[in-house]
Amino acid sequence: MLFDKFQTMADFQAELAERHVEPFGAVTEKILSATEGVVQGRNVILAGTNNYLGLSYDPRCIKAAQDAAARWGTGTTGSRLANGSFAEHRALEAEIAAFYGVDHAIVFSTGYAATMGMCATLAGPGDVILLDADSHASIYAGVKQSGAEVIRFKHNNPEDLAKRMRRLGDRAGQALIIAEGIYSMLGDVAPLKDIAAVKREYGGYLFVDEAHSMGVLGETGRGAAQAAGVEADVDFFAGTFSKSLGAIGGFCVSQHSELEAIRFCINAYMFTASSSPSIIASTREALRIIAAEPQLRQQLWDNANRLYDGLKSLGLPVGPTASPVVAVEMSDRSLTIDCWKALMEAGVYVNLVIPPASPSSNFLLRNSVSAAHTSAQIDAIIAGYASLVTAGLIAPTKAA
Amino acid sequence: MTDYQEYLSFLYRALESQNKNKLVLCENTALVADIGLSSLEVMEFIEKIEDHFDISIPLNILPDVNTIGDLAKKVRELNL
Repeated sequence: MLFDKFQTMADFQAELAERHVEPFGAVTEKILSATEGVVQGRNVILAGTNNYLGLSYDPRCIKAAQDAAARWGTGTTGSRLANGSFAEHRALEAEIAAFYGVDHAIVFSTGYAATMGMCATLAGPGDVILLDADSHASIYAGVKQSGAEVIRFKHNNPEDLAKRMRRLGDRAGQALIIAEGIYSMLGDVAPLKDIAAVKREYGGYLFVDEAHSMGVLGETGRGAAQAAGVEADVDFFAGTFSKSLGAIGGFCVSQHSELEAIRFCINAYMFTASSSPSIIASTREALRIIAAEPQLRQQLWDNANRLYDGLKSLGLPVGPTASPVVAVEMSDRSLTIDCWKALMEAGVYVNLVIPPASPSSNFLLRNSVSAAHTSAQIDAIIAGYASLVTAGLIAPTKAA
Repeated sequence: MTDYQEYLSFLYRALESQNKNKLVLCENTALVADIGLSSLEVMEFIEKIEDHFDISIPLNILPDVNTIGDLAKKVRELNL
């Protein structure tokens, strides 16, 4: 039957309803600040928003969006190829290219469209793509559409990438290597220095998705490749406007002039309406703020370290290093749901992640930190987790 | 060139640790429907094969692989 394949999900939804818990698509009824809201009737600290720099609620970004809506209207009602290229879109493309120190940029309507569209288009039949095994769903969707031969390399494992490049022989020089800056679920950073070294040894093209690392890593906030000092080895940078830039949209920038021809071959760019002018305007303002206010990144990392150290001191199973994404891994689905619910009741709203969205068979309580969080809010999040330990819902993995 | 039967034999051995229900494996045994491998376990199994034969198995071929026999044929093709 057509609907049989959805039965597992329907059963899971029924289980959640029976337990009176709604972790997926919980409705935010009111936003009080970049880090507080009313969700499912509760005042909560927003601890899973990817709003890394808190710019979604910055008055300057809001004003820019309001002014643009008044000047340009609420939407473009058309594709970039038809009537949807406004001066704002072209200005943002010039500014995001300048931010990365390259000459070419494409702005997309979503981050998903940017990575999916680029990965579906750059390589085609007869080409080879090597992608990190833990790549985002948009990347997997893109490479599947591409028609290229698709090979996974082990997550964050440059040696495995090198081995697979060696196996390609002469074809390695034309291969497209895909990695991310920070991986969204566990917050781990790609070893881009070593990945770039593999590219230098075997050839090929390197595509880096900086969705979770732009505005977060690097001397000027360009991301993980800048932090690793290997930007010159990266052929294509992709990213999103929906995380550190606080809006929605995506981009790809490159030093290759061919990007201007590629633009007209990307279905995800051509066959969708362009972003509303208000979104583009707030993104432009946010980009200016990222460039002008490096202290936001410092504040973000201070908060990330505070949360990471706090959860680690409780003995919780967090990753090996601090990151703005701090995930607590659990093996029992039912207990993870109980923990998510208890955190909500304690006023802490985090992400519940289940396989296959998590990179292993484990379940995640995923926290993302913002520069806008106060120290007191970070401590309240830690206290929420401490109450889980006290209640016996989650066991420390080692002595605290 | 290794014979098809040798590929099958290798796959039977490689599956031992993941064959939790101790099924008697044959070329028509389905990796997911019979053995019950999860998507993660399938990928771990694929990595084991790749390292053994020093090949890379493209994701593109996996939709055509249901049984151990399907996989043995694909690995043989890739290893020619």
